[in-house]
Amino acid sequence: MRFRVRIRITPRVGILDPQGQAVEHALASLGFGGVGAVRVGRSIELALEAGTEAEAREAARRMCERLLANPVTEDFALDGVEPAA
Amino acid sequence: MKVAVVRFPGSNCDADAWHAARDAGHDATYVWHRSTDLEGADVVVLPGGFSYGDYLRAGAIARFSPVMQAVAAHAGAGRPVLGICNGFQILCEAGLLPGALARNAGLSFVCRWVTIRVEATDTPFTASYRAGDRIRAPVAHGEGRFVADEATLDRLERERRVVFRYVGDNPNGALRDIAGITNEGRNVVGLMPHPERAMHALLGSADGAAVFALTAGT
Repeated sequence: MRFRVRIRITPRVGILDPQGQAVEHALASLGFGGVGAVRVGRSIELALEAGTEAEAREAARRMCERLLANPVTEDFALDGVEPAA
Repeated sequence: MKVAVVRFPGSNCDADAWHAARDAGHDATYVWHRSTDLEGADVVVLPGGFSYGDYLRAGAIARFSPVMQAVAAHAGAGRPVLGICNGFQILCEAGLLPGALARNAGLSFVCRWVTIRVEATDTPFTASYRAGDRIRAPVAHGEGRFVADEATLDRLERERRVVFRYVGDNPNGALRDIAGITNEGRNVVGLMPHPERAMHALLGSADGAAVFALTAGT
């Protein structure tokens, strides 16, 4: 079965995120008040053959651990694991 | 000694490293990243550059190049490995050195001369320095901020594995001003500044030359 997987990778909380800070300052200078805790990460989408959704989820998790995220500086989350249309 | 300079697609300081090794009197060769052996090298250098375009994260993809298994075996056998800039990033991604090199604190790519202090002289690449020696060398990186969790940083300090520290000007916000570290076995060293670009007074500094001295017994 084919699945669509969406992976979200964000800088680990507690690790300085200079990109997030720069975006936060830019939002403030545009007049967007009350914005804080901006963090900039990346999103990865992929298609994956797997027997079940649980298997697809497990495979994606292993991809994150081995390559897609750096465990020292980044956290990852599986935002969506859905059968591909 | 025979020094192998590994070339990845996107390496761009490979020729400088090769010349630095030759200038120090060694037999230097290039090894392509697809190679699965190091052709009998005594010392391996992972040079600076932008392997695989820094896609995903600097060094993240290069660490899976076929040659990296041979590099890991070489390191595991206690033989010398030096990672400069992108080479340092690759060594961290490969788990041969702890921590990671994150985006510079100031967000900008830094390209300037810095001063680092030699903190440990019991590595193959610092044996020709005295503790406390200062080295003037260039940095040129966008992701050079050394980070690790507090426990790892404390352990590095306790085991005297911080090899180089920025003095005065920390160009990237590296935690505890760390510019270079070594592994437990003290045979693998990574640093962000470029000693191979500080080989001749005519070019601004010759302070980096001793990194490549590789005196016998190391």
